[in-house]
Amino acid sequence: MVPQVEEHLDTLKERLLVMGGMAEEQVRLVIAALVERDTQLAARVQRSDQPLNDLHVEIDQRCVRLIALHQPVAIDLRAVLAAVKIDTDLERVGDLAVNIAEAVQRYLHHPPLLALHYIPRMADLAQQMLRDALDAYVRHDIPLAEQVLSADDVVDALKAQASVDLIPLMQGSPATIEPALDLILIARHLERIADHATNIAEGVIYMVSARDVRHHGQPG
Amino acid sequence: MEPVAAKIDLRALSVFYGETAALREVTMPVRAQQVTALIGPSGCGKTTLLRALNRMNDIIPHSRVEGDVWLDGHSILSPSTDVVALRRRVGMVFQKSNPFPMSVFDNVAYGLRINGVRDRREIAERVEESLRAAAIWSEVQDRLHAPALTLSGGQQQRLCIARALAIQPEVLLMDEPASALDPIATQRIEELILALKRTYTIVIVTHNMQQAARVSDVTAFLWMGQLIEQGRTEDVFTAPRERLTEAYVTGRFG
Repeated sequence: MVPQVEEHLDTLKERLLVMGGMAEEQVRLVIAALVERDTQLAARVQRSDQPLNDLHVEIDQRCVRLIALHQPVAIDLRAVLAAVKIDTDLERVGDLAVNIAEAVQRYLHHPPLLALHYIPRMADLAQQMLRDALDAYVRHDIPLAEQVLSADDVVDALKAQASVDLIPLMQGSPATIEPALDLILIARHLERIADHATNIAEGVIYMVSARDVRHHGQPG
Repeated sequence: MEPVAAKIDLRALSVFYGETAALREVTMPVRAQQVTALIGPSGCGKTTLLRALNRMNDIIPHSRVEGDVWLDGHSILSPSTDVVALRRRVGMVFQKSNPFPMSVFDNVAYGLRINGVRDRREIAERVEESLRAAAIWSEVQDRLHAPALTLSGGQQQRLCIARALAIQPEVLLMDEPASALDPIATQRIEELILALKRTYTIVIVTHNMQQAARVSDVTAFLWMGQLIEQGRTEDVFTAPRERLTEAYVTGRFG
């Protein structure tokens, strides 16, 4: 017997995946706009946030209905709670892509800076983390979720390195300050996106194993 | 789990009806002043377990018990156990309310009288006390001498609880006490259970999973006569240890 709640949970999963795909695509496009110096593409990303916001609301409503009508318990309850958190993280990823799009449009008024190479690397990692976190969610794959957690350290290190490299550049040439600040900002947004992927991975670990690994697993 | 003393200790308890094992080597403590819920599909042995706690299975022909049940450190299965005294200490409330065909007052006084209480004032006091404890006093105080069968279903069930309380038991066994009641009457019984656990040790059998989640401190899941998992109710309903328990509480069984 397949209980009704399972069908609803499957739909929930599907919708979250659609949302995850959209968020990931926004990140991919905005970095492509940066690398290919395509202002129009950046402007398009900035305008394309609405479907993600709509899905955020829709998925939350599905979760509320599921709890009210089906009173899920055990892994089902954890899956619904995870969905409420994951859709919030994905919505924030969408917002951050919009923030990056704004910075990219400003940055593209200036000639390119050398330290740019950190950004696509960080973006690739952040996207991979998002993809892995959502795959882990769908497949209940704890090792994959744990991999996402460790990848976050690499993104953090890259972000720190970008600032370290850009500071002497700004000190040497005031004209680079504006574009350099935008690159630092973009690096910071990408680092935040990786953090949201980390949150999702932590949610997956809780959903599958009932283990809370946030904040180093405190309190026992 | 908090170190609360075990009121009842089941030790490798098995119950057979003829050749069939209805309960297989169940070992678990039942702690004082807590509500322990027994859940599991029909035929899993939960009612058999409940009835073993005051030797109600004795009256079933061809039934046989192995292992032991300890109440306050004494075996209730030993031949020297006074079964009548045991049932006075371990009271029972059934699924279907079963008031005697007599007045509200006499239903509650019945147990006192057969236990030799003669003093009219003492009986009146104990009846009122029990009806108050069962949260039905305000509804019946003006019709104590009306036939109990004129009460509503929910009132009859609370009357039966008052009847069980009158003889001052230590343990209350409840076999689906709210399954025949509407949601409001059910809620009153659940509130009553929560109030009674301050004084009594309560074991409840229920098919209503949400009810087990709402009223119990400890939940034990039985399946095919075996104790699959026993733990804090909040753990059993958020993160059960066993796959079978998870399948059952999430409705993915069979």
